Amino acid sequence: MKAALSRPETRWAYVFVLPWVVGLLLFQLGPMIASLVLSFTDYDLISPPRFTGLDNYATMAQDPKVIRAIGNTLFYTVLHVPLSIGLALGLALILNRITGRAAGVFRTIFYLPSMTPHVAVGVLFLFLLNGQVGMVNQFLALFGVQGPQWTSDPDWMLAGIVLMSLWNLGSTTIILFAALRNVPRELSEAAMIDGASTWQRFRSITLPMIGGALFFVVIVNTIASLQMFDQVYTMYFGNTQAQNSSGDAALFYVIYLFQQAFQYLHMGYASALAWVLFLVIAIITVIQVKVGNRLVYYEAEERSR
Amino acid sequence: MAAAAMLAGSLAACGGVGANKGPAEGSSGSGAASLTTMGFGLPDEIATVRVDAFKKAYPKVNVTINQGQFNEQAFLSAVASGNPPDVVYLGRDRIGGYAARGAIQPLDSCVSGQSIATGDFYPAAQKQVRFADKWYAMPEFYNSIVLLVNNKAARDAGVDPASIDTSDWDGLAQLAKKMTRIKDGKIERFGFYPKLPEFLPLWAKANGADLLSEDGRTVNLDDPKVGEALEYATGLLESQGGWKKLKAFTDTFDYFGEGNPFAKDQIGAMLTEQFVISAMAGVTPDADITVVPFKDRQGKPVNMVGGNAWVIPKGARNPDAACSWIKTMTAADTWVAAARARADKRAKEGKVNIGTYTGNAKADEVIFSEVVKPSGKKAYDDAVKTIRAVQEAGFVVPQSAAAAEFNTAWQDAGTNVLQGRQKAAQALAEADAKAQKAIDEAQP
Repeated sequence: MKAALSRPETRWAYVFVLPWVVGLLLFQLGPMIASLVLSFTDYDLISPPRFTGLDNYATMAQDPKVIRAIGNTLFYTVLHVPLSIGLALGLALILNRITGRAAGVFRTIFYLPSMTPHVAVGVLFLFLLNGQVGMVNQFLALFGVQGPQWTSDPDWMLAGIVLMSLWNLGSTTIILFAALRNVPRELSEAAMIDGASTWQRFRSITLPMIGGALFFVVIVNTIASLQMFDQVYTMYFGNTQAQNSSGDAALFYVIYLFQQAFQYLHMGYASALAWVLFLVIAIITVIQVKVGNRLVYYEAEERSR
Repeated sequence: MAAAAMLAGSLAACGGVGANKGPAEGSSGSGAASLTTMGFGLPDEIATVRVDAFKKAYPKVNVTINQGQFNEQAFLSAVASGNPPDVVYLGRDRIGGYAARGAIQPLDSCVSGQSIATGDFYPAAQKQVRFADKWYAMPEFYNSIVLLVNNKAARDAGVDPASIDTSDWDGLAQLAKKMTRIKDGKIERFGFYPKLPEFLPLWAKANGADLLSEDGRTVNLDDPKVGEALEYATGLLESQGGWKKLKAFTDTFDYFGEGNPFAKDQIGAMLTEQFVISAMAGVTPDADITVVPFKDRQGKPVNMVGGNAWVIPKGARNPDAACSWIKTMTAADTWVAAARARADKRAKEGKVNIGTYTGNAKADEVIFSEVVKPSGKKAYDDAVKTIRAVQEAGFVVPQSAAAAEFNTAWQDAGTNVLQGRQKAAQALAEADAKAQKAIDEAQP
């Protein structure tokens, strides 16, 4: 250990990661510990916190809005993650086939939607999804389908939000595209010579070779979905009137957390909500990693089976 | 120098206001003070004229206006970190919750120290800025709710717009249906927009019920009269195409532009605050509209009033300058000057002006007798009379220690019923229990 530290490059490595470590301790770990402590208190930001033991956690278990928010968030996650990754993979495959000068142009275009600020996307989709005059329903009408009231029917609001979420595929697409570029061409060519069909090549060569990247985007997208906030907040909670008339059909977990903290001044309760979310995300990620380890093939590892 | 003397004098009088830590610049005698505001913008002459009046009266106070709407997260973080602005501009409906938790200071010594003429404010506005028998804010505007009628829609339905009487609920329901236009499943005109859940307290009042007791401690949402009002309004919406479609339709409205729903014949009649009419006067002077009072079931006008207010947060560095600011911004003279600037500006632009509706009754007396002159546009001139007439019928939902939770409770109940997810009685009973619990727990 000592020997390793004494090597100049190792020391430099630590110097380079130092800013991140300081940031983590100061801006992440500190507040996290503070919020853990606060989650056992009744705290309104103004007067000093009062210790209440596990009260906040007990209240959560009986709070119908928490249950509603969890349901909404899970529903969204279960729809958003596979859909977004499926679509992004499709886009990445298309990008991968484009060669020459046009390639750069298309890569830029495909990434462009991700440059739109989330707040702007939220507002934009409120217009697009509007059940009376929105373009989504105008498009559906071309096929004789009468579209639902995406923004005002509680049964369809989540579906509308999933539709909106498919706007921001840029990062996922780029990650998968980079992985696709790394798939050795020889493997595909060899399989082609052996008479493997396109689907067979995709299934048996491409997919396993990009398994690591796929696994990464599944985890990252799942976490982001569970933490969904800004776009939905813009659409349905941004001003008092919107908030008053949307009910809890679009109440996501983090939005409820925010309301508890800053609208109702229940900072202790909000901290408890945050910690439960943290634990849930941790558990889901551990499960994903366990399952992933069985499914994902990493080139670097030695296969001992 | 005079300003410095005034500030110093006010400090002596307001000794009790807040923790005056830090270098209380305003009182040190050097004369230089700083004042930071939050939640207030300078969008028009009504704002700028009054700010100028303050700067003129207190030339040595260095005013920093952080423009932008009130943001509760920014506000609370600032208070919690001990670095709040000196004076904050926010909706009056939230004052109770902040007062109960000590996020804002009582203003009683500010009022007495600087002799603020609180008696000039409308009684309903006074009531809305008081909590637990103390002043916690001073009121700004005084927004009244009236019924705005699209004459074309009324005539299409064979009704004289001026004769529309909201005390007759059956008649109103029939009229709503007649004024509605639906084509191929799409709403073209919303017959009668009752503005729910937002105006539920008004509908309840019209039916003889209050959502909250006078002292702000007993929730009354489970009163059958509240349920009846909500059922009725929900039925109105059902007969006009259903809430889901109507909501999507109203989401497309631009109330303040030339393409407002009255100019576009998209609404038959709606309950609205007078500022919508004021904006319409500026952009569509020839709009074919009539403004009538909203009446309760006994036929008496009923009007839920609201508006913004000024508060001083806990830990404000310069509460004395803040108090002077509040006094200046809400004083009758300042309001009259601002209203005059508005009238001049609209006259210069050749636009109709229906006046400035302030929380200061004394200012309004002058504004509507000396500043606002008939424009020659009968619809708007009559509107001014109607709005002025319903001002004294103004009521407010009392402040409570859990104002935010209380508001969310009844609004959620209203939305659930409108969306068809719950029956009124059940939704309101649940909301009642929830709001009562929140208020009990929040009592200081």
